[in-house]
Amino acid sequence: MQMPQPDPGALSQKEALAAALRKVLPADAVISDPAETRAYECDALTAYRCPPMLAVLPATTDEVSDVLRLCHQFGVPVVPRGSGTSLAGGALPTADCVILGVARMNAVLERNYDDRFIRVQTGITNLRVTGEVEADGFFYAPDPSSQLACAIAGNIAMNSGGAHCLKYGVTTNNLLGVTMVMMDGEVIEVGGPYLDAGGLDLLGLICGSEGQLGVVTEATLRILPKPEGARPVLMGFDSNEVAGACVRDIIEAGVLPVAIEFMDRPCIEATEAFAGAGYPDCEALLIVEVEGSPAEIDEQLSVITAIAQRHNPVEIRESRSADESARIWLGRKSAFGAMGQINDYICLDGTIPISELPEVLKRMGELSDQYGLKVANVFHAGDGNLHPLILFDANKDGDLETCEAMGAEILKLCVDVGGCLSGEHGVGVEKRDLMTHQYDPSDLELQMAVKDVFDPKWLLNPAKVFPLATSETRRG
Amino acid sequence: MARPETEAALADLIRGANAPLAIRGGGTRGLTGAGEVVETTGLHGIRLYEPGALTLVAGAGTPLAEIDTILGEKGQRLAFEPMDHRALLGIEGEPTIGGVAAANISGPRRLQVGAARDHMLGIRMVTGSGEVVKNGGRVMKNVTGYDLVKLMAGSHGTLGVLTEVSLKVQAIPEAERTLILRGQDMGAAITDLTRAMGTPFDVSGAAWLADVNGQSERRIRVEGMAGSTAYRAEKLADLLGADTVVEGAESAALWRELRDVTPFADKAGAVWKVSTRPTSAAPLVDALTAQGITADVIADWSGGLLWLRVPDTGDAGGSAIRAEVTRHAGHATLIRANDATRAKIATFHPQPAPLEKIAAGLRQKFDPRGILNPGLMGPALS
Repeated sequence: MQMPQPDPGALSQKEALAAALRKVLPADAVISDPAETRAYECDALTAYRCPPMLAVLPATTDEVSDVLRLCHQFGVPVVPRGSGTSLAGGALPTADCVILGVARMNAVLERNYDDRFIRVQTGITNLRVTGEVEADGFFYAPDPSSQLACAIAGNIAMNSGGAHCLKYGVTTNNLLGVTMVMMDGEVIEVGGPYLDAGGLDLLGLICGSEGQLGVVTEATLRILPKPEGARPVLMGFDSNEVAGACVRDIIEAGVLPVAIEFMDRPCIEATEAFAGAGYPDCEALLIVEVEGSPAEIDEQLSVITAIAQRHNPVEIRESRSADESARIWLGRKSAFGAMGQINDYICLDGTIPISELPEVLKRMGELSDQYGLKVANVFHAGDGNLHPLILFDANKDGDLETCEAMGAEILKLCVDVGGCLSGEHGVGVEKRDLMTHQYDPSDLELQMAVKDVFDPKWLLNPAKVFPLATSETRRG
Repeated sequence: MARPETEAALADLIRGANAPLAIRGGGTRGLTGAGEVVETTGLHGIRLYEPGALTLVAGAGTPLAEIDTILGEKGQRLAFEPMDHRALLGIEGEPTIGGVAAANISGPRRLQVGAARDHMLGIRMVTGSGEVVKNGGRVMKNVTGYDLVKLMAGSHGTLGVLTEVSLKVQAIPEAERTLILRGQDMGAAITDLTRAMGTPFDVSGAAWLADVNGQSERRIRVEGMAGSTAYRAEKLADLLGADTVVEGAESAALWRELRDVTPFADKAGAVWKVSTRPTSAAPLVDALTAQGITADVIADWSGGLLWLRVPDTGDAGGSAIRAEVTRHAGHATLIRANDATRAKIATFHPQPAPLEKIAAGLRQKFDPRGILNPGLMGPALS
């Protein structure tokens, strides 16, 4: 993975820019000491690191506006950062950039249950949004697995999903409005506490633009009433193909579970060894969760288990209590931790049409043999969003490169069967150079033309999303 | 009129054009701009349908009726319940899926499941430069690159001409029930509707009509499995009261009527569509009344969507309505009016200057010659 050469012009202005920033921000909000900027050298894609030139921690929209106006004047690139939990390197700095962290912007600005929204500063964590409205019976639906740490700013930048988006949608479906600062410092308001913002759907364009169009400082989010209850059923099958067919039949039957999670044998074995959830010994396992009152849950689970029975399950385990539910979720929730115990791994994020699941899992197995690296699968089956974990040894020379090469093959496979490179993590730097596999030059040209409108000098997070060669002439 | 039958022919036509083109699907939304008419109905046909993946891909010119039929055969539907404008506007023709997408047309269920744009997984289009471009795909979750699918939804053919749309579909639930309560005033009814939306009973329709056979009517809909639907309807009736509970086809007919705003179809007057906060709905209508603008009202989306029928004279109350809506948050679109009224007021709510500037910049990139439905959503960047 390459990053552009640092711009000597930008680097030479470090002290002058730092001084200008200190005039508009509190002293402790401008970080220029190389020992301290190192704290921002990477996000959750830890294989790549580069300390930024400077880091700033503004606390208000006005301060963000001042920062961007100055960086725009100085011609210095800016990399926005939420909590730094991106798995795609979305917040990876360049040596000549200013990291703009929103961590100090974590206020709740307004809660309104009649109009069902909450307005927040975007440095607030995902889980805290739900925490703010939970006592009153509401929740914020998108639930990425990093929700304890990840910021709403990053959720908006990457259009984050989660396990429950099968029913409730992803960030873009739950975002009503934003306050955003443009690269030249102008503050814009898009949408608000009502449905379907007027004019062109700029909100839909901003969500998922990976911090390349502006810095979102405040967000109006849709909140929903909490269901009366939820309960999972666990089902084991003796082949991936049969489990895939069961997923299809459940969806086709018209039951809408809130989550359908899938684990394959390598993943089941690893989590059993780690967490001992008592999962059955089988090739593939589904966890299906439904919501409602106890009677409604029974009604839905009876349909789901009847469908599963037609597929000769190894086992069906319907939760009857909170304790049993927790045990069913235990292995799934500890899957990533379990993998981390055994090995280093990279986590992929391709999406496929669910009908292609058996074929894709089979070819993934073949790639695993070919590259000599193990793959474990744990993913959101209802929407086809795969998370293959490729296991490697970081201390072994060349293993990371082999792992990345194999990851690229798997992602290309996802595209080739009608899917895409990223379902919920974003492109960042990780999948940047694969974009030409999914998109033709004219497709990428039009996306880049959008950035031209919002950020004509290409100063915001410029080395992400588009292959460097493709964006080179624009980055100047 | 041109009616290209392939994407390539459409691209050739647009590349070769040197004057404005009026882009339309079935022409049933009453919004076509000036210029030579280009119809997408030749780009017709279901390209892919996977009921088990809840995915449908169709040519933009495919009639909505054809899509409803093929989905219905598998017990599925478009969840966002797109409105049919024909009765309200007195227009003949066949609505197309491309028109639904380009105008982001939804219906009463929008408040539960999202709008048309939330169900659009991917698009193919021809830009104003004649370039063929795709974005998104046919899978449920996709964050690969910018989301131009959302941008194209509701762009009314001003950025490009859609040639293909892929959509997320939904299984038709086993049962539906509607609770009806008559005689409530608007304020009390909206309060009830917002309370209903705050319950865990998964309401899929929440509306109030000022005048149904001389009485107001509050409607709340639940859908799902039979037992669950009965349970939730009972809970809501206990909480908020109901004169009548109807189910099945009888319930469906009530929401089709709301979806298409048919109560206004045979009554004279201009019709506004207002998107606002539910708690602003009643104060907004009161404020208009105080200014002498008396409107017949249908409130949907628990008050978040207002249909206002007003006398079709002057600017049809447009200046006052837009000022009030801006004050309360939201926007107002002129859906039905005579030519004299339309000459006095824009169809779409003017956006704040910084957003107009971005929109004009986007139009300049997507349609540099300004030939696609020019002026329909605002002026090009000069």
